[in-house]
Amino acid sequence: MQRSGAEIVVRCLQEEGVEFVFGYPGGAVLEIYDAIFKQSHFKHVLVRHEQAAVHAADGYSRSSHKVGVALVTSGPGATNAVTGIATAYMDSIPMVVLSGQVSTPAIGLDAFQEVDMVGITRPCVKHNFLVKDVKDLAVTIKKAFYIAQSGRPGPVVVDIPKDVTQQLTEFDYPAEMAIRSYVPVKRGHPGQIRKAVALLKEARRPLVYIGGGAVQGNAENEVRALVDGLGLPCTNTLMGLGAYPGSGDKCLGMLGMHGTYEANMAMQYCDVLIAVGARFDDRVISIPSHFLSQPKKIIHIDVDPSSIAKRVKVDVPIVGDAKHVLHDMLDLIGQSGARPAPDGLAGWWQQIDKWRSYNSLLYKPSDELIKPQFVVQQLHKVTGGDAFVTSDVGQHQMWAAQYYGFNEPRRWINSGGLGTMGFGLPAAMGVQLANPGATVACITGEASIQMNIQELSTCKQYHIPVKIVTLNNRYLGMVRQWQEFFYGNRYSESYMDALPDFVKLAEAYGHVGMRIERPADVEPALREAFAQKERLVFMDFITDQSENVFPMVQNGKGLDQMDLPAHMSDIQQAPLENNRDYGNMC
Amino acid sequence: MRHILSILLENEAGALSRVVGLFSARAYNIDSLTVATTEDSTLSRMTIVTHGSDDVVEQITKQLNKLIEVVKVIDLNESEHIEREMMLIKVRATGKDREEMKRMADIFRGRIIDVTEKTYTIELTGTSDKLNAFIEAIDRAVILETVRTGASGIGRGERVLKI
Repeated sequence: MQRSGAEIVVRCLQEEGVEFVFGYPGGAVLEIYDAIFKQSHFKHVLVRHEQAAVHAADGYSRSSHKVGVALVTSGPGATNAVTGIATAYMDSIPMVVLSGQVSTPAIGLDAFQEVDMVGITRPCVKHNFLVKDVKDLAVTIKKAFYIAQSGRPGPVVVDIPKDVTQQLTEFDYPAEMAIRSYVPVKRGHPGQIRKAVALLKEARRPLVYIGGGAVQGNAENEVRALVDGLGLPCTNTLMGLGAYPGSGDKCLGMLGMHGTYEANMAMQYCDVLIAVGARFDDRVISIPSHFLSQPKKIIHIDVDPSSIAKRVKVDVPIVGDAKHVLHDMLDLIGQSGARPAPDGLAGWWQQIDKWRSYNSLLYKPSDELIKPQFVVQQLHKVTGGDAFVTSDVGQHQMWAAQYYGFNEPRRWINSGGLGTMGFGLPAAMGVQLANPGATVACITGEASIQMNIQELSTCKQYHIPVKIVTLNNRYLGMVRQWQEFFYGNRYSESYMDALPDFVKLAEAYGHVGMRIERPADVEPALREAFAQKERLVFMDFITDQSENVFPMVQNGKGLDQMDLPAHMSDIQQAPLENNRDYGNMC
Repeated sequence: MRHILSILLENEAGALSRVVGLFSARAYNIDSLTVATTEDSTLSRMTIVTHGSDDVVEQITKQLNKLIEVVKVIDLNESEHIEREMMLIKVRATGKDREEMKRMADIFRGRIIDVTEKTYTIELTGTSDKLNAFIEAIDRAVILETVRTGASGIGRGERVLKI
């Protein structure tokens, strides 16, 4: 039986078991929307802006380990989607974005709502396709799903001209997919794994450094077995939070620019580092030369060879899926009994416990002003530490990462790589749809939330009862912090004047709004909000304007040269002379 | 250091722009690039001459391998290889220059493939260094036009880059 391209698109999505398509209709995709109208296998979620469609698909994917799907029209629909696509690309999120395109005869003629989507998205997708013939459509969509979720995952764009959605052909969906030029590695090289285990045996100050690859690679059980089995200290990156439980005593907390004192010091002074799905980026290790100035051996496990030796040279590169590589490593450790010498490890833990005892996340509580950190801690308490938490970007994001204490992977959903403000609310919608009945909170700021606030309308339409926790300090907080530290308190354009009344705004969209201005009201307000399981509640916490995120590794400084909170001001830090190059990366 | 990379990739629309886009997006250098289909029309063979530190060239190779359409990449510098570039050069050939130009073409084993009263067009093949040497050897003032293909490279002996 002959089917139209549009019907084929819908059938392909059914074959892939897609539950939700996040999208927005327009001229070039009207055929596809007509085919969607006639089917009942998946649900379409009509967002209010295409960027939100992609973030929602992203949040859906991050919280469920399924491929997110977004559908947008040509031209502005496609360009609006680009920020969402780049966000997913930087964080390696499997996603298929279907975009409409003008009809093939019109391509290149500057037609109405024409844009070169394949060209525009090329640098921020894992791969993309323009389908010029309806006969290629099914196989292209199959390829897109295969590429998106295999190897290092990422977004794939399929650009479909309108006439292709109208043409007829037989529908034949391939059961399997193999691409000769694309063969992702799964298992690590046994020789390299042997070398890694041998190195680990010699370690006196080992550290496991866990990144987003451990989350995306579903390696949490193996990570826990390694850390707990050998009694190793570990640290999670911003993207790796929850892969090892934040409350575990082996966990030193998050590392990096706003990492804990103990995590950053351990990273700098370890002698054997096991990096699992982490990429030594600038926000984590700061300056490579300073990081390497303390001699250490590095084992780097990553599914993407190009992540290895990109910023730092490593001693034992292992290309492979984190889950498989760790599994094989654990097998070998089990057989050989290789483990770091207990006396070395004990001394290392002693040092770490000393670092830890300073409690670098301590902040000065207040009875007058709501401290943003306090809100996050109370949120943890009220939700039992088991909520899905999305965030936007800035100070609130760092406080959420530092103070919520994620114990499970895929609970912490944030834009780590691209740092996209406006991510939190639409991502929360995707998380809630993937996890009906679960508690979903979006920690945001009064600036970030306004970048996609129109999605309150989508939440109303689809009864998405996420809880919005706005840490409202009337500033672009992180910008203000940098201006305070580095630009002589000149708060250039970082002040948010003329904010809306968020309570009324939430109510106008048909939700519940709350404003909380006193510390004593924080917990009761959170309890009241989370008790309303069927409603979206917008909580506007009026917080201390002057609060800064600590610790902080400034640009051009090393991990052992942190700006520390006031109670740690007499701690001797490493001198600055080792620092070279990579100066001001922003 | 100069590196010559050989790339086997799917002969698909857009594959070339992915390679070129990768170089510009990551601020790598392209000194020359040649591409054409192979005996198997589904595959293209590309030669890129680039320069950079060993670390940079390692990243270039890895990033190229990461492109879905790239089948294989080899750095020809890693072993014995042959490279050739072709140049078409149009020169003024009048008076005493006419005879001199013919002699220079012979010395460099070039061939004169187009002749007018005032010009010769010379076809010259060899390593990029040899073509540079020819340009250096003749009087700059007589050069009217230079067209170079960029280097193509192949490994020596049994070593083959094939699917």
